[in-house]
Amino acid sequence: MEDTVRFKLNGKPTKLTVDVDRKLLWVLRTDLELTGTKYGCGESHCGACTVLVNNEAVRSCHVTMKDVAGKDVLTIEGLTKSGKLHPLQKAFVEHNALQCGYCTPGMIMNAFALLRRNPRPSSSEVVKEMDDNLCRCGAHNRIIRAIQAAGKEMKGGI
Amino acid sequence: MNNDLFFENDLLNNYSPSQQSRREFIKKAGSGIFILFAVGDTLLFSQESVRAPQQRLPSDFNAFLRIGPDGRVTCFTGKIEMGQGVHTSLPQMLADELDVALDSVEILMGDTDLCPWDMGTFGSLSTRVFGPALRAAGAEARQVLLELASENLKVPRERLSTENGVVFDKADKKNRVSYGKLADGKKIERRANGKASVKKPAEFKIMGKSVPRRDAADKVTGKANYAGDIHLPGMLAAKILRPPAHGAKLVDIDLSEAEQIRGVQVIKEGDFVAILHKYPDVAEQALSKIKARFDRPDTGVDDKTIFDHLLKVAPQGRATTKDGNLQQGEQLSKTVVEETYFNDYVAHAPIEPHTAVVNIEGGKATVWASTQTPFSVKGEVARELGVAPEQVRVITPFVGGGFGGKTRNLQAVEAARLAKLSGKPVQVAWSRKEEFFFDTFRPAAVVKIKSGIAENGGVSLWDYHVYFAGERGSQHFYTIPHHSTVVHGAGWTGAPGSHPFATGAWRAPSNNTNTFARESQIEIMAAKAGMDPVEFRLRNLADKKMQNVLKAAAEKFGWKPANPPSGRGYGVACGTDAGTSVATIAEVEVHKATGMVKVKRVVCAQDMGLVINPEGATIQMEGCITMGLGYALTEGLRFKNGEILDLNFDTYEIPRFSGLPKIETVIIDNKDSDPQGGGEPAIITMGAVIANAIYDAIGVRLFHLPMTPERIKEAINKS
Repeated sequence: MEDTVRFKLNGKPTKLTVDVDRKLLWVLRTDLELTGTKYGCGESHCGACTVLVNNEAVRSCHVTMKDVAGKDVLTIEGLTKSGKLHPLQKAFVEHNALQCGYCTPGMIMNAFALLRRNPRPSSSEVVKEMDDNLCRCGAHNRIIRAIQAAGKEMKGGI
Repeated sequence: MNNDLFFENDLLNNYSPSQQSRREFIKKAGSGIFILFAVGDTLLFSQESVRAPQQRLPSDFNAFLRIGPDGRVTCFTGKIEMGQGVHTSLPQMLADELDVALDSVEILMGDTDLCPWDMGTFGSLSTRVFGPALRAAGAEARQVLLELASENLKVPRERLSTENGVVFDKADKKNRVSYGKLADGKKIERRANGKASVKKPAEFKIMGKSVPRRDAADKVTGKANYAGDIHLPGMLAAKILRPPAHGAKLVDIDLSEAEQIRGVQVIKEGDFVAILHKYPDVAEQALSKIKARFDRPDTGVDDKTIFDHLLKVAPQGRATTKDGNLQQGEQLSKTVVEETYFNDYVAHAPIEPHTAVVNIEGGKATVWASTQTPFSVKGEVARELGVAPEQVRVITPFVGGGFGGKTRNLQAVEAARLAKLSGKPVQVAWSRKEEFFFDTFRPAAVVKIKSGIAENGGVSLWDYHVYFAGERGSQHFYTIPHHSTVVHGAGWTGAPGSHPFATGAWRAPSNNTNTFARESQIEIMAAKAGMDPVEFRLRNLADKKMQNVLKAAAEKFGWKPANPPSGRGYGVACGTDAGTSVATIAEVEVHKATGMVKVKRVVCAQDMGLVINPEGATIQMEGCITMGLGYALTEGLRFKNGEILDLNFDTYEIPRFSGLPKIETVIIDNKDSDPQGGGEPAIITMGAVIANAIYDAIGVRLFHLPMTPERIKEAINKS
């Protein structure tokens, strides 16, 4: 069913007329041309499509447009402020916490939600929170270190 | 080195060296100094090509570099970046040979209109085969610059030197000219002939140093483009009707409900049915409305019966190595061990599924594809469209993981077909299900070994038969007087009637299977001989390079000799791949009641010759170790009658954070040797090292990969 959906996208009020049953992932990638959020499995198993809705990490392949009405949506594109890398992004670069880079936006967004709740996670806390985000290249241990380093950099988890 | 590295593969049939003349390439690239080079010039490659006469090497050139009037250096190569880091390491080589800052070197990869023909990115070849050729071209370019500067500065060449993009007079450093100025307004073309000498390791300023990935900033911000991120005006996303099983035939179809969905375009050409829509999700939804009936095959083959089937259809073997006399070897043996090893089919499962966009305009097709072999795509798409290859341009954006799986390019052919039929730009982005269904799986394989140990602890007999895995890594490197290695089956693609679906090269193809079998057998013999597994290997190794890596791994691990099973849960495995020697030691904990294995620590030592980017090489080793945990412990494809039963990550379990051990790596300092492979070797030891560690922990031997909890419990019950 088509309807007008209003929500905040990366801090900007956004209005979109769209079939409200469509999934956020595809609306981001097509109508909104934000392709940083990736398709990996379509069934919430891999986490490549992770974004934040009202500060909670969600799998955008399973969230409908109806679900985001009136809410705050944050994607990887919204993490960089005035061209400056977010501490998490910087930490991923510095720790070489990526290879092919395809899972990276989802990893960073999931980690961002984690650090908002828990700015100083232990490595086992990071493992627990990140366990359903899949990486095939094997950057895992570096991702854990990057997240912990970013937590120390970030002021109050933001 | 085995010749199947390149050639035991049907890919080559799709390759044809570029038809574009050098003039066309250079015209497109603008003015400057051009150095053309062919990878076939390098000694290593020519040695390998002698063994593979069927390969048609481009006789002219297949990469070039340009120094522009702005002083910037660009390398044009058909290689691609899929995470392995050559986007960073290749420019490092060029910057060092040319004496320019790394920042002023660019690399343009995988664009078939701008880059000359290249075979593809696989086989750990970019650094060890492409690298030396690139360095030689850089050295040649430096010579050209010195010649030009000699004229320009009116100084004899011997008095000139280079630094940071400038040629200067050693007697008067102020008398200098920049590379950009020398290249300005010129069109100089030189073929690298290998005579200009490359730098010695002692002279390196950029090579051998860890530098950060150059693609990282784009990848952490979401700016990096992958094939699925290409949006063209009027582009339609396609979803294609797939059979429920390999070999299933469409018998009946009702498209009426799908056609009702607003904005869809339905394409039907014989059994090929696709839904096109502006939005991929709407196309997918429309696809689900198609009512289709298929006749499904009853092959009687599933993931349990496949091994009997394979052994039944296995062709006569081909002896690849033989020495001594097996009968005599058996007579000399105090103990003879005869075992059979198995491994299941394994998926590549990159997180980015196969994707392509095709746009046909004015008779020319442009393809954006996630591929390891852009020039192969060019040929395949041209064939599909019935046009000359010159009419097809393939652009390779960043590739979201390949591991060998993106050497098959069916998705690009499908996108081309649909672009032609619909008259619109078309994107084909496979779903995860399609990715599993159409994968070129690592083949299920069997290895049979009969080996013997003499009274003195020496291996006296080695009778080795590998079925369907392929040759790479099948030759042992121990000192064994009576031995034979026989390879059955035409490599990883199999033969018609063998595998129930497509199989292909999977990271370090063949070698994972061969190393699992060999190194398990070695450790069984060590246990029979009552010897420590490190000591047993060293006792039977004459290969100095292998001895060194094994000693290095043992030292880093803090190895204390003991006879397996020691209860400590320590395993050892050695192997060679792509010219690199690797030794791995792992520590595991086995929970006997559940069959669960926790890999606690992995130490891996590697001698890969000259290392260009040590951090990059370390990351590749870590990636190999991590990916190897999957085929060792959890990854085995289930299927029945052509139907693939694992179609997503819920049942097909790839390694995740909680399964990661502490990983420690050692790279042997061997910079005076040629660079060897780095993207694959460390994965080959993972099956055996964990199998051996499990045996050391609980005294139970696993012969079948993956070593799932069920298989471990079954083995415990049998013991």
